[in-house]
This record gives sequence, C-alpha cells and structure tokens, in this order.
Amino acid sequence: MQEAVSLAPLWLTLKVAGIATLIAFLIGVALALLFARVRFAGRDFLDAMLTLPMVLPPTVLGYYLIVLLGRRSVIGQWLEATFDFTFIFTWQGAVIAAAIVALPLVFKSARAAFEGVEPNLENAARVLGSKEPKVFVRVTLPLAMRGILAGTMLAFARAMGEFGATLMIAGNIPGRTQTLSMAVYDAVQAGNDSLANMLVIIISVTCIVILVSSGKLLTPRY
Amino acid sequence: MKRMGHFWELGCLAFALLAPLGANAEELLVSAAASLTNAFKQIGATFEQTHPGVKVIFNFAASGPLLQQIAQGAPADVFAAADQESMDKAQQQNLIVADTRANFVANRLVLVTPADSTVPVKALPDLTKREVKRIAIGNPATVPAGRYAKGALEAEQLWEPLTPKFVYADSVRQALAYVARGEAGAGFVYVTDAGIEQDKVKVAAEVPVATPILYPIAQVAASRNAALAREFVAYVLSSAGQKQLAGFGFASPEARYAGSR
Repeated sequence: MQEAVSLAPLWLTLKVAGIATLIAFLIGVALALLFARVRFAGRDFLDAMLTLPMVLPPTVLGYYLIVLLGRRSVIGQWLEATFDFTFIFTWQGAVIAAAIVALPLVFKSARAAFEGVEPNLENAARVLGSKEPKVFVRVTLPLAMRGILAGTMLAFARAMGEFGATLMIAGNIPGRTQTLSMAVYDAVQAGNDSLANMLVIIISVTCIVILVSSGKLLTPRY
Repeated sequence: MKRMGHFWELGCLAFALLAPLGANAEELLVSAAASLTNAFKQIGATFEQTHPGVKVIFNFAASGPLLQQIAQGAPADVFAAADQESMDKAQQQNLIVADTRANFVANRLVLVTPADSTVPVKALPDLTKREVKRIAIGNPATVPAGRYAKGALEAEQLWEPLTPKFVYADSVRQALAYVARGEAGAGFVYVTDAGIEQDKVKVAAEVPVATPILYPIAQVAASRNAALAREFVAYVLSSAGQKQLAGFGFASPEARYAGSR
C-alpha cells in the first residue's frame, strides 16, 4: 500500500456512480410517472418498498443482494451457468448496489415533480390539439425537469459515496472494485495517513466540483 | 424561560447518556485479533465468573486496525494480536506495558476451499488453475493472516501471478466467510478458523510460513484498569486459560517453538 497514489479508484467511482445513476434515472423517472399518474392497488405499499433502500442500513441491503445474487442463489447460479458471469466481486455488482441506493432519490423527487405540474397547463396543450406524447415531452417533462435533475444529482452523490452494500457484494479489490470510499477505508485501517489525506482531498474536490457545476446547471436562466 | 427548558432537556439527555458509565462495576475492554473471537468469548465468560462485578467487553478486528485504534486513544485495557509485527509497533510507540507482553498461543495457516468444491486444490501451485477464480486473503496491510499468506506465496513465486484473483478481506474471518459462502474458490485462514466452519469449508493444504505464528498479548499502557488487565493476561496464560484455548484448536506457544520470546 506504499506505492504512489493511483487514480484508478477515482475513475472506477465515477464509472460506477455514472452508470448506477443512469439506471436509477431511467427506472426512477418511469416509476415516478406511473405512481404520479395511475392509481392502483398497493401503490402506497410499493412506494414504501421503493423508498426502503434509503432507510435500511447498507449492510442489510448488501446482505439481501448476496442472498439474491450470490453464487449460491438461483439467479446467481443461472447467471454463472448461462453467461459465466457473477455480480460478486465485480464492478457490475458495485453498480447494482449503487443503483439501488440511488433509486429512491430519483424516484421520490421525480414523483413530487410530476405531481407538482399544473394540470391546467397540460390541459391547455391538449385543448390546443397536442397528442399525449407531445404533451408529455413539451409540457410535463420541461416543468418537472428541475425536480428530476435535483434528484438525479443527489442520486449521483449518494452512488459515489456508497460503501457498505458495495463492500459486501463487490468486495474490496484494488484496481477492480476498490472505489474511493473503500480506498480511504483501507488507508485509514492501515494507518497510512498520507494516502488517506490525498484520497480525502481528491474526493472532497471532486464532490465540490460536481455540486457547484450541477448547481449552475439547475439555476433557472431567465 | 423557554431557553431554560431546553437546557433542562439537554441535562436530562446528558445524564441518561452518562449515567451507565458510573453505575456499572469495572469494565475490561479487550481488543483481540478476529481469529480469537470464539475462544476469547468463552474465556471472557469464565473470567467474569471468577471476578464478580467485572464485565469483559471485546473488540474483535484484524490486528492492524486494533493497533490503529489503540494508537488513536481507544480505551482498550488488553491487546491480543495475531502477529508479532503489530505488537512490536505497539511496543515501539509505548502503547503497551512491555513487561506484561507474552506469547500465549501458536496457530497454523491453512488453505481452505468450500466444502462442496469440485476443484482439486491440494497445494499452493494449484491456485493458478483456471477453475480457481477468486482467492480470499486478508489484506496484507492490516491483516496478519494475509501477511503470512503473502510471505508464503512470495516464497514460491506465486504472489505476482495470483494477484488478479485476490479478494482482500478486512479480517481473517471475512476471508473465511467468503469461502464458506462459496464466493471465493479458496482462501487463507488459520486452522482454528477452518474448525469453526467445518461443515462449509475443508482444509486443502497446510501453508508453510517462514516465521512461526505466535499470538502476543499485553496490557495497554493507557489502561485505567491496569491491575485487572494484568489479571486477564495472567488468566489467558494460566493452565485453565490455555486449556480453553486448546479446546478451540490453538496450540501452546512453547510446545512447538520452545525458546522463542
């Protein structure tokens, strides 16, 4: 652990958090629209279930993931037999863990954003002859966009910092699944303060850059 | 008035949080290597029986983090490590009382595979086989078992070629769990750890290590229960304590390596 500071954990963290946020975005927005527009039995219960990853300890999520996707599980055995692939100890496993913890943040803010869209504006577009897909793309989505983006930004931040569940499913493998938060943990455990200091500075600067630039992105331009 | 009310609440909270500290009898905090978990829990229970009013609290982790915690002022009374290196560092930093230091058990490093594994692993070179995809090993920077394993692999020029397969564990018990769950095809643990998961892992090979694996124990210099800490150390070294440790598969430090420290 004495070698020069490698930036591999930074790139891996950005890759994992980026893909996880994309997955959380697509699923979260689609579900948010469904929950905001359609009444169905068990909606409140499912909403709670989707929010659960935000509340549950990451270790509990990690355990669920191991039980669900581990090499002794039905899904895990099928994946291994069919594709010779496993989520355990791979960066894809880290993506799954990060996407699950990030999902509620997108889902919750997107649902609130969709529900906050003034129905009269949509109705006006309909009266003026727009078809439903066009109403959604031209009216609903632009009005809800700021809430969705804010949620997505939080989701990315949460995905970047994910530690517990990721450690349990993806392990801590330098160069392969070792994200920044794990590299810091390792350095502190080993008493390697200089490495820890470097990594902490890298993380802090990266996060500040992301926050400031996304804050700029979200500020309405009139 | 309103502000006073808040102070009152804060006072209550502070009392509720601090009260247990004074109310209880003596507490002994033992920071011990993860591989000692099961054995020390039993020893702690016995020690409590023979010392009424004493509560033994354990902090189990890899020896590396334990050393860091003590260096940073963790209120530990006794330190029991799985290697000499961690205890040497503690002694260099005057974190332990040197004349209380003693080796209390010896252990052996083994290579384990999942009990239902069909991959024939009989010796270290077998780990290069394609079928062995992941090898669980304690992080050599913090986990003594990982350090011993690294030394053994380096001696056979296997460390470099096997590196892509390693999954680093936070403690030897985590490496054991990886193998027991079948997530890793092989792993390095102590023979005493393998004994705990007998139905889930099998010992594939004995791992030759350059230096004997001897566990040192000592009183932490900053202990506020120095006398009690020494009594605990003495109990671990006593024939009764040694018998309990032997029950968990640990060997006596003198039996095989007479003359060492």
